[in-house]
Amino acid sequence: MKQLTVISGKGGTGKTTITAAFAALAQNHVMADGDVDAADLHLILTPHIKRGEEFYGGRTPSLDKDKCDECGICMEVCRFEAIHDFAIDSISCEGCGLCMHACPNEAIKMEGKFSGHWFISDTRFGPMVHARLGIAEENSGKLVTLVRQQARLIAEDENKDLIIIDGPPGIGCPVIAVITGVDLVLAVTEPTLSGIHDLERVLEVAKHFNVPAMVCINKCDINPENARKIEDYCQDKNIAVVGNIPYDPVVTRAMVEGQSVVEYDSGIVTEIIKKMWERIRAKLQDGLKE
Amino acid sequence: MIISIASGKGGTGKTTVAVNLALSLKDVQYMDCDVEEPNGHLFLKPQIEERVSVGIPVPQVDKSRCTYCGECARVCEFNAIVIIKEKVLIFPELCHGCGGCSYICPVDAIEEVEREIGIIEKGKAGNIEFIHGILNVGEPMAPPLIRREKRFINNHKTVIIDSSPGTSCPVVQAVKGSDFCLLVTEPTPFGLNDLKLAVEMVRKLGIPLGLLINCSDIGDRKVWQYCEAEKIPILLEIPTDRRIAEAYSRGVPLVEELPEYKKRFQDLYSKLVPSQQT
Repeated sequence: MKQLTVISGKGGTGKTTITAAFAALAQNHVMADGDVDAADLHLILTPHIKRGEEFYGGRTPSLDKDKCDECGICMEVCRFEAIHDFAIDSISCEGCGLCMHACPNEAIKMEGKFSGHWFISDTRFGPMVHARLGIAEENSGKLVTLVRQQARLIAEDENKDLIIIDGPPGIGCPVIAVITGVDLVLAVTEPTLSGIHDLERVLEVAKHFNVPAMVCINKCDINPENARKIEDYCQDKNIAVVGNIPYDPVVTRAMVEGQSVVEYDSGIVTEIIKKMWERIRAKLQDGLKE
Repeated sequence: MIISIASGKGGTGKTTVAVNLALSLKDVQYMDCDVEEPNGHLFLKPQIEERVSVGIPVPQVDKSRCTYCGECARVCEFNAIVIIKEKVLIFPELCHGCGGCSYICPVDAIEEVEREIGIIEKGKAGNIEFIHGILNVGEPMAPPLIRREKRFINNHKTVIIDSSPGTSCPVVQAVKGSDFCLLVTEPTPFGLNDLKLAVEMVRKLGIPLGLLINCSDIGDRKVWQYCEAEKIPILLEIPTDRRIAEAYSRGVPLVEELPEYKKRFQDLYSKLVPSQQT
């Protein structure tokens, strides 16, 4: 069984559009939304939820006012400025528990913190695992890992060959959680200075964690010169550019209709994504033989 | 006044708005808190004058003192320190730098040493005081770097904070403490879905907010309906314009390519100032 993750570095380059198209093109696969913070894949795949679970990410302190004698030791030891006027600011708190250990009156307890939900669903393209991190919550990396584990269990149970994972933007903890141990990442970029800058950083992260990468240039005609620079950069790093997709309003129209672009339209974008998918599928299969 | 720019969905135009607002106003400090993928410098092209290494304190164990009692591992909520028989294993990238292990160690065997997670660069872009943080590749935790960066906030200036997309800890860290949060969206189903999450986050932080709609002529009208129902002020709409996209792709700020936008950003700012007083 193989795992493919779609990432980008920069947000809004078209990760979810491409992932949703792959969901429609792939065979015998499980979908996973690894963007638990601002998940969008469900808007296209319209999952029918079969099972929903609560997610407890870490622990959080609670203060018993009756036991507190306002000595202030907790405020002194907290490095996250999370205790003000003998009250815990749950937004600043990182859940380290030092306040509990330092409190001479045992007035602070650590309790499991409800931080979101995760779901197993059916879609028109097969099973999907997705999640919703609570607003302003931490531990997105843990929730991403959980989503991936669940997708893996389903894939093993149902003899699926492939897990396709939609990734979050950036290079931090949820991105690391979404790419570690996968067989291939597809980095979707755009030919802008920001797109190039962020692509280079995210490809470095993939390299850092020894994950092979391929690149897709979205809206390639916005700046052909920059698109060439990306091609040159990738060639230099021995990374294949597997798709050059021109800007086309059909992508947004498909999104508004709640469809993947390959279902909605059979034009140039669909054609290029289909070819790109064939190359990615071949790459994943080649990996199988090794 | 501190104005943070956030979005939920990525690629809606946060950096465009932050950079062009900075270029349209007087006495500005521009602070790029998208430390995972900072882009403001590509448009503002600052002269960097100072670099600061930012680390978090991680434990180092003095083996001659350690009795392998396991107290450090017991208190660590992040599993960043583990004792196996007579061996202490430390996982620095899991460590939040809380100091719990050294606090609890009964034999004072733990010393904390700084481990670099990123850098902060400060400089000038014309009259703009420029500052950004850059997370080292492979580092998972952005919030400590953002927290450190925000200590450089210059309260005598109009501070414009650019944040990363999403609604979780790095965004909260960037937006927290600002006087106003300007959300940027595009009127598509993805844009609206993520806007709703961003609005919830900003409201949870108790910060007044307004919206800028970018590429306002694509998608559908549901963002406007949502804003009406939620009483969210729409402060500016920017239509799709190939000239804007091309200038952006080359790293040219919008107000340089289309100078008429300067006045629009100034008007937007003047709408924010009263909301600070209320």
